[in-house]
Amino acid sequence: MTLPALGWQGLVVLATFGISLLIATYCTYAERVIAAFLQDRVGPDRAGPFGLLQPLADAVKLFTKEEFFPAGANRALFVFGPCLAMVTALMSSAVIPFGNFLQFGDTIIHLQGIEINVGMLYVFGIVSLGVYGIMIGGWASNNKFSLLGAIRAASQNISYELAMGLALIAVLMMSGTLSLREITLQQSVAGEWHFWNIAKQPLGFLIFIVCAFAETNRTPFDLPECETELIGGYHTEYSSMKMGLYLFAEYINVFVASAVMSVLYFGGFNFPFQYELRDWLVSSRGLELVTAQNIITILGLVGLFAKIFGFIFFFMWVRWTLPRFRYDQLMRLGWTILIPLAIFNIMLTGGLITFGIIK
Amino acid sequence: MSPLFLFLSFVALLSALGVVLAKNPVHSVLFLILTFFTLSGHYLLLNAQFLAAVNIIVYAGAIMVLFLFVIMFLNLNEETEPHKPALAKFAAAIAGGSLLLILVAALRNVNPAGYDPANFDSQIGMVDKLGMVLFKDYALPFELASILLLAAMVGSVMLGKRETGERNF
Repeated sequence: MTLPALGWQGLVVLATFGISLLIATYCTYAERVIAAFLQDRVGPDRAGPFGLLQPLADAVKLFTKEEFFPAGANRALFVFGPCLAMVTALMSSAVIPFGNFLQFGDTIIHLQGIEINVGMLYVFGIVSLGVYGIMIGGWASNNKFSLLGAIRAASQNISYELAMGLALIAVLMMSGTLSLREITLQQSVAGEWHFWNIAKQPLGFLIFIVCAFAETNRTPFDLPECETELIGGYHTEYSSMKMGLYLFAEYINVFVASAVMSVLYFGGFNFPFQYELRDWLVSSRGLELVTAQNIITILGLVGLFAKIFGFIFFFMWVRWTLPRFRYDQLMRLGWTILIPLAIFNIMLTGGLITFGIIK
Repeated sequence: MSPLFLFLSFVALLSALGVVLAKNPVHSVLFLILTFFTLSGHYLLLNAQFLAAVNIIVYAGAIMVLFLFVIMFLNLNEETEPHKPALAKFAAAIAGGSLLLILVAALRNVNPAGYDPANFDSQIGMVDKLGMVLFKDYALPFELASILLLAAMVGSVMLGKRETGERNF
């Protein structure tokens, strides 16, 4: 196997893409299993062992349903909406560092799609574009409920992006870099006690996770698709796989939001005592340093995915526990509570950095 | 000129024309978003990653969402479009034409400044370099602009606050 470095990196990009899709697929299954568990039901258990083939059955169902175009709809934009939602959702996982590097001989493979030094801004930019898929789809449906859902989605996303960005600034003040890989590496330093960002930014994390729920349109902030008021919201008129793309995009967004939270606040691919473990592998087991580092990288990859799955579970747990807010409550929470709190958090962080309490 | 530059310029011009020529205002807004994307592509070609990302976040991500938001609510279409009198069309054509004339006249004799390949710093557009320039050479204008933005944000929060006695439900 003599692939040039670019070829290996291409494989990593493909793998990131595939993993995003696979996780989104099984999120649909996990959502039902968790819902069943929380409501003391059995849940999906017919398709395959433990109902594991349920996503496949869903796909067959969605593909064989009728492609419906409402009268007076803007056909081109009606198709374009779900495609855009899917594309923007898939683009954002490209910069997430899923692991450190693997080294085989002279080849070094970074377990990250692309490394750019404005990685965090890239994620933020793509997330802010995600709302177009919903807005265009809702408008093109030529249905007032869809339009209302689209308008809600737009104003909700804009409002919560502000607080999210301000919460992020506090993290960036400590790290001094926008690169997600650098932020991850800074959260663990060999040979000294070093805490993950959650210990230094508890308030920032709280703001960020609330905003993440609003940005991904998950309960208790799923007002754009609020059934009790808007039938189905922006996807009222959608059927078949176009509907499926919207649902899929939501799960991919949940996955990416979980990954970003794990990287920013929970140490990314770092895990406790990794350097001690590496040194132990070298000194007591007689492994080479490179091999030991590769083992640590793979363990870190597993650790990051454990954190991501934990967050995904949290998203679903909240969905089946809390009822949804009213729309004015949502707006008031965003503008009059979260934004002032985030500004306070920035000033607090600035003060603590100035007096050298955190760095 | 690299093929990527030519392609981006081609798409930029085409989508900019689309903004003006599209009959449907929602299509116009979408073309404008595409134009911003191609501009961000140009920034990336100039190695200004930060500017490219911020252009997407602020213009394509926030301001254009508001544009789209308003236009969707206005329900503009060909039936409800008000027909302007001929005089207004004539005046608009004159005004637009003179702006074009001024732009052409101003840019006709411009020489591109160029750069010195020997001591050109390819990292000039990176976020840390930009931050150094902003906070060292332009600290006062930068802080003034940030106070202006913060004031706007505080103002919007104040507008959103519930007034005494106000009830929605």
